Amino acid sequence: MKHTLNYKLFSRMFRQIAFVGVAATMVSGAALAEDDVKLGLMLPYTGTYAALGEAITNGIELAIEENGGKLGGRSVNLMRLDSEAKPGKAPQNMNRLVNGEGADVIIGPVHSGVAMGMIKIARQEGAITIIPNAGLNAATRQFCAPNIFRTSFSAWQTAYPMGKMAYDRGYRKIATIAWNYSFGKESLEAFEEGFKAAGGEIVKQFLTPFPKVEFQAYLTEIASLKPDAVFAFYAGGGAVKFVKDYDAAGIKNAIPLLGSGFMTDGTLDAQGPAAEGVMTTLHYAASLDNPKNKSFQKAYQDTYGKAADIYAVQGYDAGQMLVQALDAVKGNTSDKDALIKALAAVKIDSPRGPWHFSKAHNPVQNMYLREVKNGHNVVVQVAAEAVDDPATGCVMAQ
Amino acid sequence: MDLTTILIQLLNSVQYGLLLFLISSGLTLVFGIMGVINLAHGAMYMIGAYLAYAFVEWSGSFSVALLLGIPVMLVVGIIIERFLIDHLYKKDHLFQVLLTFGLILILNDLQSLIWGNDTHGVPIPEVLSGSITLTDTMQYPVYRLTVSAICLVLALGMYWVIQKTRLGMTIRAGASNREMVEALGINVRTLFTIIFAAGVALAGLGGMISAPLSSVYPGMGDSVLIICLVVVVIGGIGSIKGAFWGAMLIGLVSTFGPILIPSLASVMVYLVMAIVLLVKPRGLFA
Repeated sequence: MKHTLNYKLFSRMFRQIAFVGVAATMVSGAALAEDDVKLGLMLPYTGTYAALGEAITNGIELAIEENGGKLGGRSVNLMRLDSEAKPGKAPQNMNRLVNGEGADVIIGPVHSGVAMGMIKIARQEGAITIIPNAGLNAATRQFCAPNIFRTSFSAWQTAYPMGKMAYDRGYRKIATIAWNYSFGKESLEAFEEGFKAAGGEIVKQFLTPFPKVEFQAYLTEIASLKPDAVFAFYAGGGAVKFVKDYDAAGIKNAIPLLGSGFMTDGTLDAQGPAAEGVMTTLHYAASLDNPKNKSFQKAYQDTYGKAADIYAVQGYDAGQMLVQALDAVKGNTSDKDALIKALAAVKIDSPRGPWHFSKAHNPVQNMYLREVKNGHNVVVQVAAEAVDDPATGCVMAQ
Repeated sequence: MDLTTILIQLLNSVQYGLLLFLISSGLTLVFGIMGVINLAHGAMYMIGAYLAYAFVEWSGSFSVALLLGIPVMLVVGIIIERFLIDHLYKKDHLFQVLLTFGLILILNDLQSLIWGNDTHGVPIPEVLSGSITLTDTMQYPVYRLTVSAICLVLALGMYWVIQKTRLGMTIRAGASNREMVEALGINVRTLFTIIFAAGVALAGLGGMISAPLSSVYPGMGDSVLIICLVVVVIGGIGSIKGAFWGAMLIGLVSTFGPILIPSLASVMVYLVMAIVLLVKPRGLFA
């Protein structure tokens, strides 16, 4: 009996909460103008990747703001949906944005696992999707589609050029380590491909459970293997912990640390002196010396009170590409084919340097070799110019 | 693997195991004595880490951060127990799970509001920043060893309190027969508040002392909660001794496992849990 009563009370409370929720949705719905361009942002706003979702959103907003707050002459409605970086929720969330909210363009996600779920629905529904981060190779390889664009990078692009850089610096035997999930594995494979092509040898590959951050056992193994250098991929909190542990174990002096640029981007403050001397490749560095980057960094600092990182740049470029394409179609989002054509043709003057889309809708862009000096990623040289992902298996690229 | 490497890996195992014990002991204490499943235990660990970050930023000293952080955690524990958990003792576990799960969401959002979403680091205290040379390529940070020492002292301290003091006697009595203890005139309500606050403070302390080793980032409590639940289940729910040996076992398994059988690295810990439960369904020391 007692339980029945409790559950009754509970279900009454639940109904009240649900009612308030519905009422609130109706109110916010009423405030929408009919002719807004609807952008559905499916990004992580909570959890490990929350900072990335925030930076991307800021970048998009900044690009639209610089265009007078409009796209193709129409005002813009940004609908944010927290992806929670959970792959399992991706199809459901994507469906909600496409069919429930009627978004004209979807922007997301950060996490490659979530991207797999999104891409599936995007291909089914033909929804125009712009990926502002997730670098899984497949998005612009076997799963490429006319309606799917990526303003960021492929895993291959950010790691392959480091292979030659490492060989040129005299390293012959390298051990690699990354989180055991698609992007981590793809980064290591791309580096290994590049390093072997240059003539180097991979001593051992370590894949550590994602998202665990206990590295001591692996570092002990690396120290006993004594390779010439280590190539690693970690991001966010994992990157901070790995770089600090690597330094604290005293390995860094004997075995230099190389990595994918995400390991030292947006994390340098937290890593502190432990990151000094770490070399990485990426399609951007906050210190890049070009006028567009300087004006972008200043505008971002003025608006959001902090320096822009790579994620903000990728969001900003997603915003820039919408500004260009919607101007080209004069704000008409109902003719999807025309809009897709306009999106594919954009030429972006980005803070990372100019880039355009490949046939597979992945950026053709420069990769920079950076070294951490005094807490900043300093560009050492261009590691490779106009890098184009091989797009293996993409029908559009044939 | 040569002998030196094995010895260093053993050191890694013990060091990780001790830290796991510190964090999970609070969870098992609260469940064993109060019968409350506190899913927000990981969130308490996160708050501890963020407090360490905030207080070190403000005062520049890690010891000051610890001195300020521990009382704050105790107060947080008292508030949660008095105002929330207190209403649920007589209800089904489901209600506690709902409440403490809700707390995770609220605390994660609060963290995001107060400290933002960036990843932060806490510098290792100056006096402990050195390292001990083990081999020509490998050193061991003094701070890691200090953390192990703190955990060991706390483990012995907890053993002493529970086995040798009056409070400990009451706690043990309360765990085995709550009604009888109440009938003997002991204020169980106060006892519960003390235990819950201690559990929260232990999780918070774990977060604080591991902050300089690790990094401080949103959602860091979630994975900690899972590994703590594994430790507690392996050791036997409610047993401090079980939590200790469970933590040591997990420390060993997650150090040697991934190196010896890399393909099973992600599932190793759960595999061990499954085997333990097959042999001893109530855990090692229940």
